[in-house]
Amino acid sequence: MGLHMKRWTVNPETWGAVVSILGFVLLWYILTAVLKLPRFDKLPNPVAVFSAWLSPHPQFGLSIFTRGYYLDILYSVGRVLAAFVLATVLGVGLGLLMGWSRVFFDYSFPLVETLRPIPPIAWIPLAVLVLPTAELGVIFITFIAAFFATVLNTLLGVRSIDEVYFRAASCLGSRPRDVFWNVVVPGALPAIFTGLQVAMGIAWISLVAGEMIAGQRGLGYLIYEDYSNLQFVNIVIGMATLGLLGYGSSALVRMLGRRLMAWEGRRRGGAMA
Amino acid sequence: MSAGGALSIRQVTKVYDPEGVHVVAVDNCSLEVASGEFLVVVGPSGCGKTTLLNVIAGFEELSEGEIRLDEGPLALPGKQVGPGAERIVVFQNGALFPWKTVLENIAYGPVVQRRMAKNEAQRSARELLRQVGLEGIEESYPAELSSGVQRRVEILRALINEPRVVLLDEPFRGLDAVAKSVMHQFLLDMFERTRCTMYFITHDLDEAIFLADRVVVMTTRPARVKLELSIDLPRPRDHRVLGTERFLKLKQAALEAVHEEALKAFQAGERELA
Repeated sequence: MGLHMKRWTVNPETWGAVVSILGFVLLWYILTAVLKLPRFDKLPNPVAVFSAWLSPHPQFGLSIFTRGYYLDILYSVGRVLAAFVLATVLGVGLGLLMGWSRVFFDYSFPLVETLRPIPPIAWIPLAVLVLPTAELGVIFITFIAAFFATVLNTLLGVRSIDEVYFRAASCLGSRPRDVFWNVVVPGALPAIFTGLQVAMGIAWISLVAGEMIAGQRGLGYLIYEDYSNLQFVNIVIGMATLGLLGYGSSALVRMLGRRLMAWEGRRRGGAMA
Repeated sequence: MSAGGALSIRQVTKVYDPEGVHVVAVDNCSLEVASGEFLVVVGPSGCGKTTLLNVIAGFEELSEGEIRLDEGPLALPGKQVGPGAERIVVFQNGALFPWKTVLENIAYGPVVQRRMAKNEAQRSARELLRQVGLEGIEESYPAELSSGVQRRVEILRALINEPRVVLLDEPFRGLDAVAKSVMHQFLLDMFERTRCTMYFITHDLDEAIFLADRVVVMTTRPARVKLELSIDLPRPRDHRVLGTERFLKLKQAALEAVHEEALKAFQAGERELA
């Protein structure tokens, strides 16, 4: 091979990821294919799942070579993205306002706290009733849970900013608008990004619930369809795909956060002059 | 840079929670700070000296009396001029914005006050850093700097606004002895250069006498002026002044007053416990 052989070094993070995931697959294999414990023997084993997943001619019609698989992924990713962007814009905006203005907080917090515990699934009937298309209904319920997580974390982020920065800003001659952009927003950013990661996770959860009940296409719909058809291999493929997409999307949010908060990263880096 | 302002504190009283617990933090305190004077306020911890500073800065309202800066009223009961760039505070634990670079921190004041455009402000921030030998840290974030450098940057962030008075609330607390003496020299240099009025709080007597034109010893809570000491040590000063007979004599006088108050504070604490 023309490639240079790199010295075999793996950073502990990658190593940990590989060990934990392979370990899980191994356990799954042992339970379902080796020990064949009662009831576990009904589960598809990893060999069956991976060979179907990677097969150009899958027995149950779903693999990385089928167009439908990517269409479902595309639908799900598109819905999550729309809902997440909406939740970020509205949630961060509302959270900042609530943390910034006492009056606004007094009027909005009770309402937020009342609506927040309502599970996204409970919104489905009303969403379908009011919104013109089922598509919008699915996006709405994906949005709603992510939205509240974002609002709450943003609010806590603003509240956690040390009073001394507000004082410093005011004696340097800031107007309220300057304080908002130079203290409130950057000061709340770490908590906002924690909130966005939580929101991303919740978005995927609600998405699947929405797709199962009101969806056309998408991974949740796929899983539900294959449940009706008793195609358990396809269900596991759908689940694993959701896991990977969730992992990837959270990693993207983390990356963006690190980009925007260079001061945090370098602090952890601990470079001292 | 412009010369400092004269600060006049007249019979100021600050009561917390007048209807409830009624804690008198500052009691009928009068103090004149001349234009371009370096005043150091000394007193036991929790004696109310920070409260007085917060009232001057505009963070808190006074209950009685008045405060004037160059004859313009800053604070009257129920009528408080809010914080402003003519009275800049340097805070006890540092208050550089962690999310802004050194350059952005220093340039912040002139930009938000609309006195300079952003790049003009950054240019003069760069120039200030160069003058004090701190070039090379412009793009660093505060957390990447030692606390001594952070304090110097914070002082520059105050001085770039040409304030009439700088209010320093134990700014060098927690620094080790070496860093502290570097800071003292730096602050004195800046003072000689700007002649900006300094209102400096500490409970370190060596620091107080080394820096000050005048040291004021406060009584324990409620704060009132107990002793005023004119520090007639010649300027410019350096560390050698610390060993002189005159310095030790001044320190002795201040020490007695402080000790008396510390004892009172201690006994008051004992009474509360009993």
